[in-house]
Amino acid sequence: MFEIIENRMLVPNVHEMTVHAPDVAKSALPGQFVIFRSEEEGERIPLSLADWDVESGIITVVYLNVGRSTAKLATLKAGQALPTVVGPLGNPMEIDYYGAVLCVGGCYGIASIYPIARALKEAGNKVVCVLEARSSFLLYWQEKLSAVADRLIYLTRDGSRGKRGHVGNLAEILHALPMRIDRVILNGCNYLMMRGSQETLPLKIKTMVTLNTLMIDGTGMCGVCRVTVNSETKFACVDGPHFDGHQVDWAELTQRRKAYLQEEILALRTTRPL
Amino acid sequence: MEQPVKKGLDLNRRPMPKQPVEVRRRNFEEVALGYDAKLAMEEASRCIQCKKPGCVEKCPVEVDIPGFIQAIAEGDFERGVRILKAKNSLPSVCGRVCPQETQCEGGCALHRKAGQIAIGRLERFLGDWEAAQPDFMLPEVAPPTGKRVAVVGGGPAGLTVAGDLVKLGHEVTIFEALHKVGGVLVYGIPEFRLPKRIVEREVEYLRRLGVKMVTNYVVGKTRTVDSLLEEYDAVFVGSGAGLPWFSEMPGNNLNGVYSANEYLTRINLMRGYTFPLAPTPVKRHVRVAVIGGGNVAMDCARTALRMGAETTILYRRSREEMPARLEEIENAEEEGVIFRYLTLPVRCIGDERGWVKGLECIRMELGEPDASGRRSPLPVPGSEFFLPFDAVIHAIGNSPNPLIPQTTPGIEIGRKGNIVADPQTGKTTKPRVWAGGDVVTGAATVILAMGAGRRAARSIHEYLTNPGEW
Repeated sequence: MFEIIENRMLVPNVHEMTVHAPDVAKSALPGQFVIFRSEEEGERIPLSLADWDVESGIITVVYLNVGRSTAKLATLKAGQALPTVVGPLGNPMEIDYYGAVLCVGGCYGIASIYPIARALKEAGNKVVCVLEARSSFLLYWQEKLSAVADRLIYLTRDGSRGKRGHVGNLAEILHALPMRIDRVILNGCNYLMMRGSQETLPLKIKTMVTLNTLMIDGTGMCGVCRVTVNSETKFACVDGPHFDGHQVDWAELTQRRKAYLQEEILALRTTRPL
Repeated sequence: MEQPVKKGLDLNRRPMPKQPVEVRRRNFEEVALGYDAKLAMEEASRCIQCKKPGCVEKCPVEVDIPGFIQAIAEGDFERGVRILKAKNSLPSVCGRVCPQETQCEGGCALHRKAGQIAIGRLERFLGDWEAAQPDFMLPEVAPPTGKRVAVVGGGPAGLTVAGDLVKLGHEVTIFEALHKVGGVLVYGIPEFRLPKRIVEREVEYLRRLGVKMVTNYVVGKTRTVDSLLEEYDAVFVGSGAGLPWFSEMPGNNLNGVYSANEYLTRINLMRGYTFPLAPTPVKRHVRVAVIGGGNVAMDCARTALRMGAETTILYRRSREEMPARLEEIENAEEEGVIFRYLTLPVRCIGDERGWVKGLECIRMELGEPDASGRRSPLPVPGSEFFLPFDAVIHAIGNSPNPLIPQTTPGIEIGRKGNIVADPQTGKTTKPRVWAGGDVVTGAATVILAMGAGRRAARSIHEYLTNPGEW
């Protein structure tokens, strides 16, 4: 069992959980993920590692309360335990010196982009972070990110903070920057990553995305995370989750993500207490 | 040497009671109900106690079969259990899932007369009898040797290694990637063929013997084999064949197309058949196609049937060439699975929302025997036809799981991504590392993995007690 150190809502519907999982913390690298179960017989939930500390053995994830199993996760309190925390899974994000890198995070991606931005900065890159949200009250982790980014750009749909717009305005943002960007990294929902990749394609900037697919075991066994990249089928769990955003078959990914939408709704409709 | 068959033998193999077809095809309860003591003793009494028992020769874990059968015939079930468990830590499992017809029962002297002893059913009877007793009978465990062994993977190979070594006094820790120990026994083989409580019971037995079990631990990710070697005297890798194959055809990434692993894991390990009670979702399909003709294909088809779907197995050769156990084929047929032989799917066809709506297939005919000795199927030109399905399950095999091969320098990897290990000892090319089961052989059977585990345990024990000579 894995003890929960803290579980709190950061902004509406977005939760941060810290868990004691020393073996995971010891091996974690930026861009890897973990699988949680919130209860016995529970669903396996893949979540990006947002932070970790080798010394204390504590790992951090940020998740959206969106379905039956994440709703259960959100009810858990410090001192309770999770039956499963397994990882670190997947490949780390490729980190090297590229020059200037633009890191875009939206929703839970604001948290998962953090260790990637941190590692890029440590590798000597100039790091510009774009935080995207519907409105200013949905932004979080600004202090953490400003500590590792050379510049933070806010992008809100209602203009309540920073630039008014969304990821569809990424090309404008890139044009307005004083430096040339050598690489873009997008973290967030699949829509954000797809739209962002569409923006950078004509600009010919290498763009990496961290895909959110369905998963069960997360070790290559079930294959539900199949995704087509550059016309080849890949398993997001063992071949990814990071891919070149210009090569991902986004239409297929979007369809596959929706496979259990009806069942998700059915599971939420129960009157049974969580 | 075959034994002479005398006249006056009882060749009447006692049938095992089963749930009636009409009932069982709609539930996940175990199909076969097992012998009671009377039937077991009757069946055991038919054994002629050969001097050179052919059954033992064909048992991958060398169980003293005539010995435990004699004990059953005398009604001394406790002695029977002791004889059985001396060589097989998982009798309730093996009695249910071993291909006895090609192993022990195939070697039975009465096989020629079609009256072979139902060894599997008797093994199962003893395993279940023991479990029904108020206390586990724990065998003697040797005094601690102070040696530590790490076992990677809690499937049949790893459980066997762990059981053998712990009895010899070594400290054994199993590292399992999933949240339950048992490997294919818990994620793959369905409840109606191997109830999960039986696996839990056998695992609990090992725990009581002193085996430590660490779940949620992916060796190769959470920690490498090299790092384990710093803390353990020996490492056994039994990580299984965990990478599913999909037949090469367009449309495999449509929704509703599954690997057998995914379909079975959702239903078995995650208990999806109780959804929404268990939260892992499972679709209620109407018409399911299963591609393949092995035991896994039978498991998928019979599961889909129980989930309420009309289910069809598509196999490119004929019934005779099907690799599944005859018993499983017959069960599937009785329950109403539709079999389409000499049929090869060539394309998954989807609807406008990205869901599979059917398969384009081509008819096959059998040509000359191929390398496997089976007649190779050849497509009949122009015979393409369409079959409507809302789900397609690929049950055509798995490759060894790549996580350990990728992260363990110095271990030789074969052409198919398998770990290379000596078949007699399980030794790999890396010092202090042994391997066995599907990660070495590619997808095979539970009992072959257990046999590999038994041989590796023997070799590990030799090393641990005499490391100087290695």
